[in-house]
Amino acid sequence: MRRRTWRAVTYGVPLAFLGLFFVYPLAAILDRGLRGAGDPPLDVLADPLTREVVWFTVWQALASTVLTIALATPAAYVLGRYRFRGRSVVSAIVVVPFVLPTVVVALAFLAILPDGVERGWAPILVAHAFFNVAVVVRIVGTFWANLDPRLGEAAATLGASPAQRAREIVLPLLAPALAAAGAIVFLFSFTSFGIVLILGGPRYATIEAEIYNQAIRLFDLRAAAVLSLVQLACVVAAVWVATRLERRLVVAGGLRAERDTLRSIRTRREKLVVAASLGGLGLFLGLPLAVLVERSLAVGDGYGLDAYRALAEPTSILLASPWEAIVNSLVYAAAASVIAIVVGGLAAFAVADTRGSRLLDLLVLIPLGASAVMLGLGFLIAFDTPPLDIRAAPWIVPVVQALVAIPFVVRIMVPTLRSIDPRLREAAALLGASPGRVRREVDLPIVARGLAVAAGFAFAISLGEFGATVFLARPDRPTLPVAIFRFLGRPGEVNVAQAYALAVVLMAVTVLSVLLVERVRMRRGGWF
Amino acid sequence: MKRLTAVLGALAAAAVLVATGCGGSDEQPTRVVLVTHDSFAVSDGVKRAFEEESGLELRILKAGDAGEVVTRALLTAGTPEGDVLFGVDNNLVERALTGDVFEPYESPELASVDPALVVDPEHRVTPIDRGDVCLNYDKHWYASRGLAPPKDLVALTLPRYRDQLVVENAATSTPGLAFMLATIAEFGDRWQGYWRKLRANGVLVVDGWEDAYYSRFSGSAGSKGKRPVVVSYASSPPAEVIFAKPRPSTAPTGVVEASCFRQVEFAGVLRGAKNEEGARKLVDFMLSKRFQEDIPLQMFVFPARTDVSLPPEFERFAVVPERPLELPPQEIEQNRESWVDQWTDIVVR
Repeated sequence: MRRRTWRAVTYGVPLAFLGLFFVYPLAAILDRGLRGAGDPPLDVLADPLTREVVWFTVWQALASTVLTIALATPAAYVLGRYRFRGRSVVSAIVVVPFVLPTVVVALAFLAILPDGVERGWAPILVAHAFFNVAVVVRIVGTFWANLDPRLGEAAATLGASPAQRAREIVLPLLAPALAAAGAIVFLFSFTSFGIVLILGGPRYATIEAEIYNQAIRLFDLRAAAVLSLVQLACVVAAVWVATRLERRLVVAGGLRAERDTLRSIRTRREKLVVAASLGGLGLFLGLPLAVLVERSLAVGDGYGLDAYRALAEPTSILLASPWEAIVNSLVYAAAASVIAIVVGGLAAFAVADTRGSRLLDLLVLIPLGASAVMLGLGFLIAFDTPPLDIRAAPWIVPVVQALVAIPFVVRIMVPTLRSIDPRLREAAALLGASPGRVRREVDLPIVARGLAVAAGFAFAISLGEFGATVFLARPDRPTLPVAIFRFLGRPGEVNVAQAYALAVVLMAVTVLSVLLVERVRMRRGGWF
Repeated sequence: MKRLTAVLGALAAAAVLVATGCGGSDEQPTRVVLVTHDSFAVSDGVKRAFEEESGLELRILKAGDAGEVVTRALLTAGTPEGDVLFGVDNNLVERALTGDVFEPYESPELASVDPALVVDPEHRVTPIDRGDVCLNYDKHWYASRGLAPPKDLVALTLPRYRDQLVVENAATSTPGLAFMLATIAEFGDRWQGYWRKLRANGVLVVDGWEDAYYSRFSGSAGSKGKRPVVVSYASSPPAEVIFAKPRPSTAPTGVVEASCFRQVEFAGVLRGAKNEEGARKLVDFMLSKRFQEDIPLQMFVFPARTDVSLPPEFERFAVVPERPLELPPQEIEQNRESWVDQWTDIVVR
C-alpha cells in the first residue's frame, strides 16, 4: 500500500467511525437540550450543588488513580520482569474484577466491609482500585516486558543502586505507559456512577450521576446538557494533559521483544518479591470474588450447586435460558473486539506517526469520559429515521461496546509504536524494504504482544460492558451482565443465587477467553 | 501489506452484510413491538397465544426502569421505538400525557376493569395491573426478640423501632419515591416533620431496591442485613415463598398494611407507531383474561380485571390492602420535584 493511501486509511476509518457513532449522536442530544433554552445556562453553573459535584468528581478520580497505580505497580513489575509458570493465567485473572457488573461488586464489598465504615468516600476509592487494577497491571506490565533490561544491568555494573536505577532508568522509560494507564483509570473513575451511588450513599454524586438524575428522573435536558458539557471540558483537559505527558515522556530505542527480556526467578529474594507482590494483589482482588463464589453456592442453610443447575432452564425473566446469555456475550464480544482492533489499531498508527494528529489522539480517548447516559439518549434521537433507523439493529451493540474498547487499543499500542527505534526502520528502508514491509517486519513483531493484550482487553470490556448494552440490547438476547442484573432485580432466594452463579460464570468465561485470545497470537507467530 | 488489506476488505464486507441482513425488514406490519420496563415478564405460552391469534410477531423491548422508559418515550415522541408502551405508572403518567406520547384508544375489554383504576378520560392510557409498595418486616427477627412488628407509619418514629428501618432514595428509586408519596398521602402538610423524626430515629437511606432488600434487610433469603423493616412490595412475601427451595409453609416476611401506596401500571398506543392496528390488538390482549391471569406470577402485581382468579400462592401469602394510600397523578406531577428536593434536604443532607 502506498504511503498516502495508508495515511488516508489510518485517519479516515477511525474518524468516520467516531464521527458517526460518537460525535453525531452526542451533538444531537446536546443540541436538543440547549436549543430554545434562551438564557445562558449560568444558573446551572452557579448552583453551589454543581460546584460541589464537580469538585468531588475530580478529587475522587485523582485519588482513585493514585491508589490504583500504587496497588498495581508491584504486580506490573513482576509480570514485566519475570518468566514463571502460570504467568499468563495470572495476567488473565487480573482482568476479572474489570468485567464484573458494578452492582455485583458493590454488593460484595458491602458484605466484606465492617459496619460503620460501609459508606463514604473511602470504599469508593477502594472499589475503583479493585476495578481498575487490571488496566495498570496489563498496560504497564506489558510495556515493562518490552523494556531492554541491559540498560539496567549496565547501570548496575557501573555501581548504580537499585533505587537509583528505578528512579533514573526504569521510571523515565515506563512513564509513557504509566501516563496512558493513569489516563484510562482517571476517566473510568471520573465517570463512575453505580459504585458512587451504592458505596458512597446518597450524599455523594459524580457529574455523571447528576446528569442521570437531571436527564432521566427530572427530564431536565437543559441542565443535563450543561452538566455534560462541563464533564466534557474536564475530560478534554485531562486527556490533553495525559497525551501531552505521554508524548513528552517517550524515550525511543529501549524496546525489545518480550522473549528477550523476561528472566526466570533465581534467588530467594526474587522469589519473596514475586510471592509478596502477587500474594498481596491476590488477597485484595480475591476477597470480594470469594464472597461472590460463596453466595452462588449458598442453598438454604448449607451449600450446593442448585443455582448452577437452574441456569439451564429457560425463564421468563430473561425470555431465554441463562446459558444463552453466555453465547450472546461471546458473539458480541468477538464482534466488538474485531471492530476495536481494526479501528483502534489504525488510529494507533495514525497517532504514533511523527506527524501524528493531536486531534485524533484526543478524540479517540474522549468516549471513555463522555456521559454514557447522554450518548445513549443521543442514539435514540440521532438514529430514528431511515436509512439511519438503526436503534434496534443487533450490530449496534458491538459497535457501542467497541467505542469503549478502542481507547484501550490505542493507548496500549501508541506508547509501544512510538518507542520503536527509528533507526531500525531506517535500516530496513535502506536495505530496500517498502514502507509496508517495514511496518510488517519491524513494527508488527514488536507491537504484536501489545496487540494481543489490546485484543484481550477489548474482548473483556465487551464481555463486561453493561450501561450501553442494557440500553440497546434486545431483551431476548441478554448478555451475561444484563442477565445478572435481571436476576438481581427480583426478590427470592433462587433468583439472587442465580445472579451470583452467573457472576461466577462470567469470571470463568473472562479468564478463559482472555487466555485464548492471547494464545491465538502466539500460535500464529507474531500476528494477532 | 497485502494481507492486511485483504483482512480489512473482508471485515468491511462482513460488516456490510451484517448491517443489511439484520436491519432491513423493519417496515412490514408482521410484527408489533412492546416497549416496556425491566420488570416486565410474560409466560412463553401466553406470548405465543397472542402471536398465533394475531398473526404478528411480538417483540419486547426492555428500556430500563419505569423512569427511563418514560424519558425515552418523551425523547422519541412521534418517532417511537415501538408500537405499545407498557409500564408507565401513576407517578409518571401525567408527565407522559403532557409530553404527547400516546394516541387515544378505548379497548372494548375495558368494561371488565376496575373503574377506579382509569385515570385518563380520553383513554390515551389503559390500566393493566395494580400493585402496592409497602413496608415489609422480618417475622423471625421480631419473634425471636419477643417484640411486635410495627403496625403503622407512626410506630417507626418510636424508640422501640430505632435503627430498624431501611428505605430507598426517593430521588433514585421507584419504590423509594412511592414510599415518600405514601407519607405525604398519610400526613399531608406534616410529612416533613414525620421524616425529621424518622431521621432522628435512625432511618437508613440507600440507593436502590437491590441494595436495600438484599444487603440491608434481614428478612430476605440468605441476607446478612441487620435491619428488620424495608420498603418493598406487597407481593414480596409470596415471592420469598415461591422462589425458595424447599418452599416454606409460611412466608418469612410480613407486610405493614397501613403503609401501602397504590401503584397502577398503564399501557398505551404510541403516537407514530409503525403498526397501529397491531398495537391496538396488543392492548386488547393485555386486558384479556389469558394475559391478566398470567400477571401475578410473572410480574408479582395484581391484574386490573376484576373477574380473574388469583394463583393459590397469592391467595395465601399476598396482602391486598383494603385502603391503600393514594395521591392524584396531577398533584404528583406538579409537586414531585419540589417534594423530592425537600425530602433530600431533610433526610440526606
